[in-house]
Amino acid sequence: MSRQLTFSIFRYNPNNPDVPPRMQEYKLTETVGMTIFVALNQIREEQDPSLMFDFVCRAAICGSCAMIINGRPRLACKTLTKDLPDKITLLPLPVFKLIGDLSVDTGTWFRHMTLKTESWIHTGKQFDPQAIEERMDNETALQIYEAERCIECGCCIAGCATANIREDFLGAAGINRVARFMVDPRDERTPAQYFEVIGCDEGAFGCMGLMACDDNCPMQLPLQMQLAYVRRKMALAGLKAGR
Amino acid sequence: MSNYQIITTDVLVVGAGLAGERAAIEAATHGLDCIILSLIPPRRSHSTAAQGGMQAALGNCAMGKGDSPDVHFVDTVKGSDWGCDQDVARLFVENAPIAVRQMAYWGVPWNRVVAGKKKLPDGREIEDTKDKEGLITARDFGGTAKWRTCYTSDGTGHTLQYAMDSIVVKLGITVHDRTEAIALIHDGTTCLGVVARCLRTGELRIYLAKSTVIATGGYGRLYGASTNAVINEGSGMFIALETGIVPLGNMEAVQFHPTGMVPVWILITEGARGDGGYLLDKNLHRFMPDYEPVKKELASRDVVARRMMLHIRKGYGVDSPYGPHLWLDIRHLGAKHINTNLREIANICRNFNGIDPVKDLIPVRPTQHYSMGGVRTNIDGAAYGLKGLFAVGEAACWDLHGFNRLGGNSLAETIVSGMVVGKKIAQYTLGATLNYNYSLVQDFARQQQERINNLIQGKNGRENVYKIRKEMEQTLMDYVGIFRNGPDLEKAVAKLQELYHRSLKIGLKSDGKWANPELASALRMPGMLKLALCIAYGALKRTESRGSHYREDYPARDDTNWLKRTLAYWKPGSDLPELDYEPVKITELPPGDRGYGESTQVKK
Ligand SMILES: Cc1cc2nc3c(=O)[nH]c(=O)nc-3n(C[C@H](O)[C@H](O)[C@H](O)COP(=O)(O)OP(=O)(O)OC[C@H]3O[C@@H](n4cnc5c(N)ncnc54)[C@H](O)[C@@H]3O)c2cc1C
Ligand code: FES
Repeated sequence: MSRQLTFSIFRYNPNNPDVPPRMQEYKLTETVGMTIFVALNQIREEQDPSLMFDFVCRAAICGSCAMIINGRPRLACKTLTKDLPDKITLLPLPVFKLIGDLSVDTGTWFRHMTLKTESWIHTGKQFDPQAIEERMDNETALQIYEAERCIECGCCIAGCATANIREDFLGAAGINRVARFMVDPRDERTPAQYFEVIGCDEGAFGCMGLMACDDNCPMQLPLQMQLAYVRRKMALAGLKAGR
Repeated sequence: MSNYQIITTDVLVVGAGLAGERAAIEAATHGLDCIILSLIPPRRSHSTAAQGGMQAALGNCAMGKGDSPDVHFVDTVKGSDWGCDQDVARLFVENAPIAVRQMAYWGVPWNRVVAGKKKLPDGREIEDTKDKEGLITARDFGGTAKWRTCYTSDGTGHTLQYAMDSIVVKLGITVHDRTEAIALIHDGTTCLGVVARCLRTGELRIYLAKSTVIATGGYGRLYGASTNAVINEGSGMFIALETGIVPLGNMEAVQFHPTGMVPVWILITEGARGDGGYLLDKNLHRFMPDYEPVKKELASRDVVARRMMLHIRKGYGVDSPYGPHLWLDIRHLGAKHINTNLREIANICRNFNGIDPVKDLIPVRPTQHYSMGGVRTNIDGAAYGLKGLFAVGEAACWDLHGFNRLGGNSLAETIVSGMVVGKKIAQYTLGATLNYNYSLVQDFARQQQERINNLIQGKNGRENVYKIRKEMEQTLMDYVGIFRNGPDLEKAVAKLQELYHRSLKIGLKSDGKWANPELASALRMPGMLKLALCIAYGALKRTESRGSHYREDYPARDDTNWLKRTLAYWKPGSDLPELDYEPVKITELPPGDRGYGESTQVKK
């Protein structure tokens, strides 16, 4: 009754360039509720213990396990095999540096992005441990959280045509990050200061508008809206600066 | 033989969760050079997964009125079943509000008080007042007298970790991610750093530091069913234990969360019950009020978990291929509330179980969740046994939680201890020098290289790491769970000893080269079994019930004989820990009734 699944998995170890990249097939019997997480672990434990892939939370909250599953960037931990055909192809995310097989270096990419967009609160105020907290409207707090839900999985970057050709493009994740700080009243940066960071082709103006980011985001962040928001602000800032 | 690359720094923090990063920030702001090691990018640490919230007695919301560090202190001590050090609890409750506010200053979008009248799910009317509007609000969590758990919707851990990491980046603190500490380096009196394996290339490196901080989180993955991330394998604890000098404290104190979702064991946060969700049995009867008329679903975690298992044992569980379970019902909270305030829960249900909690019941069962035990430290976070070694967060037994941690007290502990202990680390480090013997240090790395070579060449045997691991997980689940007894624990100890010996005979199936994952597991296996033995053996010897440690054959708390902490040492060459005991520090609140739930013991 259960299906026989065939996994075709990308194999390559950059430490060992003599062995060229290849696709390797593994067969598995599907079980109830099987996710790619379950399947890959089973393959590693029973068939090929050298297979490299990344999972941490296995609950779709840490962003570790993004890969290309039958052509689309997705979180492997929350992808159920029952939603896929018998033949499942797994490739590592493009754009990011390959560590081995399905494992890529998203950490370095996102730290660079965080630095570049200066993703921390810029404020001249000092923290006073004795004082009560500054007030904030709950609606504002919720709005900030909405923009902060990105888990840095890299799906938006992997699916983005610009990011695939322009190494420095900050992509939807970067633009969303800037939007998160723009809506935060604690951040004292001016539009002009933001413009310095992303008012360029590596930032808000590099996007070609194919909108794959929006389709691929496993957190369903409104990336398209965030881009429009940032672009509007940047266009205004650009105009003012031009005058 | 070749020598290994040496990297030196003032403070070496092993672990980039909330605790490790907060300690590193403190050290860095004191002008110290600091390196953080982590298996993964910091933002993927397990701390990110915490949904529910962080306790601090701000007293802003209506149901938090009158809250204070004193009330928080009493809850924490009672929650610990008098197993905690009260001087630590006092220090903690006084600093938690500062920690929460500092996190707001660093960018956490805490949910805020909205003025107005509200109706609670149980029908009570409350009113948040205008004068508190816009201050940080709180939700209800188990075992607390007041609503004290500060939160950001259900992404509290995520927002805390991202804000924390942004400060780490801003301060330019060096992070070596995909790096695993596999042994501590020490000369018998002072810790000098670690041997680490690069998870990109597989090479070994030596890190030397004036102080070394273990902030590696919990060991949940020793158990087959755990809410923890798959990297929570307790490696920081066992590398400390393997020195033979540093003891682990209270390893038998293992927390089971009442609501792990069956069968994937992903956590359904306590916030679901805090917001008014309740538990049903196979007859759709809400059974908790029968056992706990006052606190109901919000009695302390250990209490709810035991009541649930008891109810299942009585035959009221819902049968499933994964064993009997109960239901969590949040349908009455309504689509709007579920899809905003409890959105992550809704997503988890949909993605991993194909159910919609707006219409469907959620299958749940108690699941391993938190390790109260860990590297035993004093109130300054200094590990027993070695100078220059510190521990913070879930990896440590500081000892704030005793035998049961209250929900929301762990996130608070990571940040408060990171802050307070971080300062102590800075003070120590500023007065310390790094003296080491070059060949001693290199020898530590060579020993690890030899282990690796032996595994690759199959010199010790052909045991399969994954098989041993499965048997360990099952042994702990079967015999060292929520209900414990002498005969079962004896079985567990014997089985784990057998597995430990087998783990010394592991041989790899793959070539073990570079960042080979089988090699990583094989290197960890003996250490994980040592931890498992500390848990099982400590539980066997503790002939009483306290907090999460429940002995069916000794159902009462025994303050005369057991108001003390277990210290487990691992002597070289041994296959069982050596246990020692020390008194628990009582400063303000003498042992008494816990005051909520289980004032009468579980009846069978
Ligand atoms: C699902 C879930 C929900 C939770 N919700 C809440 C909640 O709502 N409120 C609350 O108070 N608590 C909650 N907890 C508990 C709390 O989240 C954790 O106890 C806490 O986050 C632990 O933080 P930490 O900094 O000690 O460790 P972690 O966040 O686990 O970080 C450990 C770090 O150590 C690194 N590491 C591990 N081993 C090594 C090694 N050998 N070498 C190098 N690096 C290593 C890892 O890469 C990681 O960066 C929850 C726990 C779970 C499982
Ligand atoms: S493993 Fe964390 S998102 Fe998939």
